[in-house]
Amino acid sequence: MADEPLLTISDLSVTFASGRDRHVTAVDRVSFDVRRGETLALVGESGSGKSVTALSVLQLLPYPLAAHTPGSSIRFQGQELVGAGEPQLRQIRGNRIAMVFQEPMTSLNPLHTIERQVGEVLTIHKGLAGPAARARIIELLRLVGLGAQAEKRLDAYPHQLSGGQRQRVMIAMALANNPDILIADEPTTAVDVTIQAQLLKLLAELQAKLGMAVLFITHDLNIVRKVAHRVCVMQQGKIVESGPVADIFTRPRHDYTKHLLAAEPKGKPAPRVADAPPIVEAKDVKVWFPIKGGVLRRTQGYVKAVDGVDFTLREGHTLGVVGESGSGKTTLGLALLRLESAQGRIVFSGRDIRALRARDLRPLRREMQIVFQDPYGSLSPRLSVGQIIEEGLKIHGLGGEAERTAAIADALREVRLEPDIRHRYPHEFSGGQRQRIAIARALVLKPRFLVLDEPTSALDMSVQAQIVDLLRDLQERHRLAYLFISHDLRVVKALADEVMVLKDGRVVEQGAAARIFAAPTQAYTKALLTAAFNLEATETGVVRT
Amino acid sequence: MHGDAPKPSRLSPLNRRRLENFKRNKRGFWSLWIFLAMFGLSLFAELIANDRPILVYYDGAFYMPIFRTYPETAFGGEFETEADYRDPFVIEKIADKGWIIWPPIRFSYATVNLNLQVPAPAPPSHENWLGTDDQGRDVAARLIYGLRISVLFGLILTILSSVIGVIAGAVQGYFGGWTDLIFQRVIEIWDGLPQLYMLIILAAFVQPNFWWLLGIMLLFSWMSLVGLVRAEFLRARNFDYVRAARALGAGNISIMFRHVLPNAMVATLTFLPFIFAGSTQTLVSLDFLGFGLPPGSPSLGELLNQGKSNLQAPWLGFTAFAATASILILVVFIGEAVRDAFDPRKIFR
Repeated sequence: MADEPLLTISDLSVTFASGRDRHVTAVDRVSFDVRRGETLALVGESGSGKSVTALSVLQLLPYPLAAHTPGSSIRFQGQELVGAGEPQLRQIRGNRIAMVFQEPMTSLNPLHTIERQVGEVLTIHKGLAGPAARARIIELLRLVGLGAQAEKRLDAYPHQLSGGQRQRVMIAMALANNPDILIADEPTTAVDVTIQAQLLKLLAELQAKLGMAVLFITHDLNIVRKVAHRVCVMQQGKIVESGPVADIFTRPRHDYTKHLLAAEPKGKPAPRVADAPPIVEAKDVKVWFPIKGGVLRRTQGYVKAVDGVDFTLREGHTLGVVGESGSGKTTLGLALLRLESAQGRIVFSGRDIRALRARDLRPLRREMQIVFQDPYGSLSPRLSVGQIIEEGLKIHGLGGEAERTAAIADALREVRLEPDIRHRYPHEFSGGQRQRIAIARALVLKPRFLVLDEPTSALDMSVQAQIVDLLRDLQERHRLAYLFISHDLRVVKALADEVMVLKDGRVVEQGAAARIFAAPTQAYTKALLTAAFNLEATETGVVRT
Repeated sequence: MHGDAPKPSRLSPLNRRRLENFKRNKRGFWSLWIFLAMFGLSLFAELIANDRPILVYYDGAFYMPIFRTYPETAFGGEFETEADYRDPFVIEKIADKGWIIWPPIRFSYATVNLNLQVPAPAPPSHENWLGTDDQGRDVAARLIYGLRISVLFGLILTILSSVIGVIAGAVQGYFGGWTDLIFQRVIEIWDGLPQLYMLIILAAFVQPNFWWLLGIMLLFSWMSLVGLVRAEFLRARNFDYVRAARALGAGNISIMFRHVLPNAMVATLTFLPFIFAGSTQTLVSLDFLGFGLPPGSPSLGELLNQGKSNLQAPWLGFTAFAATASILILVVFIGEAVRDAFDPRKIFR
């Protein structure tokens, strides 16, 4: 690796004003440097200040709300960036240092075509326009692997592209001016594992080809192990440990690093009673959304979100449903709870609930509950924790005032939260705590069947492990049946007895979890497993780009 | 999290923060108090400006002419009709055997000052603080009564049209689909009806009073909030916590009012003071055009109109202008403070 560091950050601190005289320190005297051609990973859990560090390199923080304390310095090729003037910064942003953000949906302007989005960077920094710009844009799209259809893609709008394709366009924009440094802020967090593997591969290839430095921000240690040369571990705004990847992973010195490394969802589901009574049986379940067209809005075809799914879920068992986004996993979960209308037979403890009226269904709702992916969106922000958990009890008319309070306290204790928190509001809690509250809301009704719709994917790795342990423990104590929906195969492996792999609404492979993880028979399942466990893309064409 | 949880308070932390933010906007905070004081005082207009005394002590007995009607004979007069307390003869009779407590302004909105030294409209004087209008009625008294009726009209109109608007918007946004489509078209057609012509036509059939006017204005004003609430409901109905409530078995009504409405309320409450500002001016403008309250009623609009036709008497125009302008300014300042209060990103430094 190289001589002189490209980017040197020393004693960088960032504070945010909160309230009148209070300041929150988001980044606390952070120092590191990035050399030409290397990948430096900044790793840490949410709130550790890694994104703020990245944004301050380009001075993109909301100043003057955010402030750098005196002594903070960011030097890029000898230029001081802290407090540099706007014209100087504009020369660097998108030109010498480029950035790729986490969310490809919101970081592209929905009203601009791909040609315009990518072309903008070229016009600003290179003054390129017309055919010259067009040629360069096509070259860039080829570079990021949108090759064959590059010319057709020029007129596409962001919504016409998949998440992976959008992220590729973002990378093309970042590469437009051959930057010296690419800052990638969790570029793969919002995409499927298969796409993630492809993007990581692409980034590695591009780095080898173009020789740029990459500052890679992530919370996922497996990615770090895969892509980075050196790593800085951040906790609460401080870098607690840094060094070459091999050293950190084999000989972590700081407790926090050890904690992070140990935090993977682990363990195996406990052995089950094989002949437990079935709770949910699905026979040929279909959810088809009509596509309407023409003047008379007649149905011209269907989007087959779920297309003929069969399974039997027994008491105390877990069925893991895996697949990429758009494979119909969530729709299946909603259909089983009759939150989405479906065809076929859905039998819940011996009763076909598919055609039940809403009123007849209500008593059964007690016994089947759901926990959603996003703990920030699934709790009503204007109700206290107690009110949120109590709601189900009230709807079903369970118990008097005192009994309900006791039930709420029990449910909170069950998910290992203090009963006292019931007077507080959701925004006061972290993601993991909120997810526990969401689980408590479901548990308080003493359900027998729980749909878990990606309950861990919005959470930090160490919190994921805790939630997985909690779910496993609750299952054993209450003989709950889980339908566990996830794209994260590591979590599924830790919980599921049986696995069902979905693609485009159809079942690709279904069977005992141990068998599927050890010896998958379908190419698609194999590609999914390699992407999830080895972060490697498969070139057989079974997964889309 | 361990045992030191704060005691349940009446206000949630979020609302406490909002109250703080509201108070920190000093201009809006003081505007609210000034406005409340003005409105509060005008509610007791009868005690401030009246042609009947508040309290009369006569011959060992107390009389309250504000609340009860006494014949002139009660005070030693000659007629069986109601005593005219402005009549020097009656005043003299009472003064002989007792005393009188007058309100600060000795005119009601309809009292004609017959003792004017100059032809009406008379300029401000010791007796008529803001002068009189072209029929010799005291402007200060008419202002107080006019203010009360305008603000009350605005307040009732705002509350009723908000309630209707929120419910209509909620139903459209929550159910969406055909309900929404049809409702929206109906609103567009309804919105196209000319309000003023409706009023003129109505005036041909009935003598429009306060409630008639309120009803007619309400027919058209409820639409202002529909779009806002509808948009909030359209957005919120797909939220996970709404789905979670459905999974718990909650019914539509309970989801609408318990889970979705509180979120729509922020946008609504922010908008409300500005709707109120508009509504207070509704009656003023109708009166100004002559389609409002029956002749003789106290009204800021009618005062403005008199100011327009009596340019030689600037106190009429100035008074009416100052009154309407200050109501508008105060309410808009309050509105700004409310907007600050609900702004989650607002940071004071």
